Amino acid sequence: MENAFTIAAYVVAAILFILSLGGLSGQESAKRAVWYGIVGMAIAVLATLIGPGSGLWFASLVLIAGGAAVGYQLATKVEMTQMPELVAIMHSLVGLAAVFVGFNADLMINYIGGVYEAEGLVMGAVDAGGVKAIGLPKEVYEGLSAFGQLIAKKSSVEIGILRVELVLGIWIGAVTFTGSVIAYAKLAGSSSKLPINIDTSAKKLPGGHMLNAGAAALSVLLLIVYLGGSGSWALVLLTLAGLFIGYHLIMGIGGADMPVVVSMLNSYSGWAAAAIGFSLGNDLLIVVGALVGSSGAILSYIMCKAMNRSFVSVILGGFGGPAGEQMAVEGEQIAIEADGVAAALNEADSVVIIPGYGMAVAQAQQGVAELTRKLRAAGKTVRFAIHPVAGRLPGHMNVLLAEAKVPYDIVLEMDEINDDFPDTDVAIVIGSNDIVNPAAQDDPNSPIAGMPVLECWKAKQVFVSKRGQGTGYSGIENPLFFKDNTRMFYGDAKASIDKLLPIID
Amino acid sequence: MKIGTPKEIFAGEHRVAMTPESALALQKLGHTCVIEAGAGAAAGFADKAYKEAGVEVVKTAAALWKAADVVAKVRVPDDAEMKRLRADQTLISFFSPVADEDKMQAAAKKGATVVAMEMIPRISRAQKMDALSSMANIAGYRAVIEAGNNFGRFFTGQITAAGKVPPAKVLVVGAGVAGLAAIGTSTSLGAITYAFDVRPEVAEQVESMGAEFVYLDFEEEQTDGAATGGYASVSSPEFREAQLAKFRELAPEVDIVITTALIPNRDAPELWTEDMVKAMKPGSVIVDLAAEKGGNCKLTVMDEKIVTANGVTIIGYTDFPSRMATQASSLYATNIRHLMTDLTPEKDGEINHNMEDDVIRGATIAHGKEVTFPPPPPKVAAIAAAPKKEPAKELTAEEKRAAEDAAFKQQTRNQVTLLGVGAALVLGVGLIPGMPASFMQHFIVFVLSVFIGFQVIWNVAHSLHTPLMAVTNAISSIIILGALIQVGSSSLLITLLGALGIFMASVNIFGGFLVTRRMLAMFQKS
Repeated sequence: MENAFTIAAYVVAAILFILSLGGLSGQESAKRAVWYGIVGMAIAVLATLIGPGSGLWFASLVLIAGGAAVGYQLATKVEMTQMPELVAIMHSLVGLAAVFVGFNADLMINYIGGVYEAEGLVMGAVDAGGVKAIGLPKEVYEGLSAFGQLIAKKSSVEIGILRVELVLGIWIGAVTFTGSVIAYAKLAGSSSKLPINIDTSAKKLPGGHMLNAGAAALSVLLLIVYLGGSGSWALVLLTLAGLFIGYHLIMGIGGADMPVVVSMLNSYSGWAAAAIGFSLGNDLLIVVGALVGSSGAILSYIMCKAMNRSFVSVILGGFGGPAGEQMAVEGEQIAIEADGVAAALNEADSVVIIPGYGMAVAQAQQGVAELTRKLRAAGKTVRFAIHPVAGRLPGHMNVLLAEAKVPYDIVLEMDEINDDFPDTDVAIVIGSNDIVNPAAQDDPNSPIAGMPVLECWKAKQVFVSKRGQGTGYSGIENPLFFKDNTRMFYGDAKASIDKLLPIID
Repeated sequence: MKIGTPKEIFAGEHRVAMTPESALALQKLGHTCVIEAGAGAAAGFADKAYKEAGVEVVKTAAALWKAADVVAKVRVPDDAEMKRLRADQTLISFFSPVADEDKMQAAAKKGATVVAMEMIPRISRAQKMDALSSMANIAGYRAVIEAGNNFGRFFTGQITAAGKVPPAKVLVVGAGVAGLAAIGTSTSLGAITYAFDVRPEVAEQVESMGAEFVYLDFEEEQTDGAATGGYASVSSPEFREAQLAKFRELAPEVDIVITTALIPNRDAPELWTEDMVKAMKPGSVIVDLAAEKGGNCKLTVMDEKIVTANGVTIIGYTDFPSRMATQASSLYATNIRHLMTDLTPEKDGEINHNMEDDVIRGATIAHGKEVTFPPPPPKVAAIAAAPKKEPAKELTAEEKRAAEDAAFKQQTRNQVTLLGVGAALVLGVGLIPGMPASFMQHFIVFVLSVFIGFQVIWNVAHSLHTPLMAVTNAISSIIILGALIQVGSSSLLITLLGALGIFMASVNIFGGFLVTRRMLAMFQKS
């Protein structure tokens, strides 16, 4: 099915993909890198279309064009605040595609088996040397599609491996599919376009981890049954098991852990592609699948480290129980009005803004950017402190601030800015909670103990823009709100910032 | 109560303790006011203006002292005035309990109450009555003006058609109220201003006024100014040496020196020595605001302006506030008025001399036939003492090396372990009996790709994680290749599933890349 030209094109495409990912190390090179990715994809698709083995290329082009139209609509209409949802729902498409391609491979194996039987031969039988598979007669072989020919050449051991690979591809694809759909629903919340409503908090069916483990065990059992030659029904059941695991796994994870979940699903979609690549014998699929898979895995790792959580515990659902009594928080939250905040800002020389998911929800990034421009025009130092898990997607805040035209060189990472808080006059916390919780450092019994946090309470004054007195996604009380130098600026983030803007001079 | 202000009899004193404006405010407290004819003339306040403000004008000092229950004046009373002071009368004026101890004793014996303006404690609440500060503020300003008057050049640097003018360099020694006022005036005139103070914590205030703080190359446990009520204290001989060395270095450069260094109840420290004066350029000016206490420069002659042999002008005036009598009077009168407000809490014209009040107690030096100096320490600390900070323990070079070595070893161990496990896994796969070579070829590609992925992704900037997810999402749609290959099959079901796969994957390809481009286009530098 492959000729030299196709393989050469794949090599070029693979290199372009690697460059595309590597180019994301800097904002400027990234703009070039995305073009590498686009060209790589175009080369790969074209080479496959004109290469041997693909039929119906006209129909394929029509389908691609249709997909392009839908993709264009999605990509240009989406608000930057909805980026997590978009990424999640797109993962589900990859997962579903992997499931379909895997099933096709199984169908093809059955079909070729039928052809062999019709010829009176046994599929996968080897010759006397025990190495080379005995093929079909030439005229029958030539009558098969390219994919059929590939399978027809395989020995029984190879077909066994092929089946393992396609099961892996289908199973991971199925987990990715339902997982991504649930993640989408949780991220989108009330704006979800799904027909069913999904609770955004961590929910588990009774049985919890046992159900997941049971479903996984069932999958292994079904794999053995399928390899034993049971036929496609085992594969269908196995897919259902995968779908269930994806659903139940993500249902059990709270919204705050979504950055990990989304990058984990990203990783899964890559591994599914790689597994399918094995079963199809397509090296480009393997390369790209492995790249995406490892990228997602590293991102998940970075996120988990930023939350000081073990990857396994996040994946298996939510927080572990606290080891002991949590420290009681003393004091009271002192509210402040816009003019008080404005007065402090007018006097401050250095300001650090700490955005969180609340800013995204309220769509307040434009107002925040306007505030930044005004303060900078008045000669003040304004910087942004971004926690690695702020928002619902890795790097979510950076994208929102970039959209509002906040220059990226004043947007700093946690490690870059944490030492500067003692010299900061005013820290403004907009819609973030757990990432500025001092309990992570002070209270060993806190569920987030040990998680690195932004030490904004060391600033001379802290303003917290927050909707009400509720707790964050993790549901723990934040002692920051009770500190002497903290003032609570209650209200929707966007409305609050809009109130603030006219009284800043 | 009747509040009266006599004409100052000290020669050259132009200030007055009551202005028409302050008289109006005093009357609101229920008091009546009386003033000696011509008391405000030197400060620019005519008797007519006082009359319009409802103040009774009496012809002679004797009549005034007789009429008033409270006498408010500027200078400490002279002997004639002390005789006029009577029992149950309250005197408010500058009154040094150390230098004028005899008068204080005499007043106490008589049964008069004396409130000394320089004894007002330095706490936030009493700032509005702090006449020392308001007078020092004027002195600092006037010092620069006097210096400019005697200085033959511009303060500000200019480049004109007639040539280039370098900016004047001004050194202010002692950054108290007077020093800061001098700094502010000097910088706003355009001079390059340096300032020095023994209290390092004022460096921030100095810099906020636009001057450059002169740091000494000297390490010593400095007394926090807060411990002494915000005043400077005596420094060690070593520190003094370092300080003088610094001044010697600066002397040839600076054009104007303004010294304001005073330590409470001591002679002024000598900071600008003769050799420094000699090192200065001809035409330079020294203004010694400490002249009254002997001067920060020993060449200073109190109340006079002298010119040294090398052409340096040294100004030793002590009457800077009096030289700006209008301004000084209105500030001083306001200080007195604030004090009266505290003394008349009910605003009913009755004075309640509350000796429990920190401010009133602190400033009263004679009351109820007794000398009430020195006052007990105030109940409220003047300025919160800065908590001592323990500096973070510096690691020695060896410790750092050791830590780095340990980290390196740990890294090596981790890497070797990972490599070992990885290699064992790969070899293990290869050792499975009957593993076909065709699979191994793909497997190598897979392992290498994972490896490349790990190498590449670690370098991705944190801020680009969202674009990274969108790009990887787009390129994971490479699964479209599988669907493209299968779609041409003879089986209808396969073709159908393949077609669906192509469609969904292409949604992802276009959506993913487009959204990534959109995001990346937004990132911009300031």
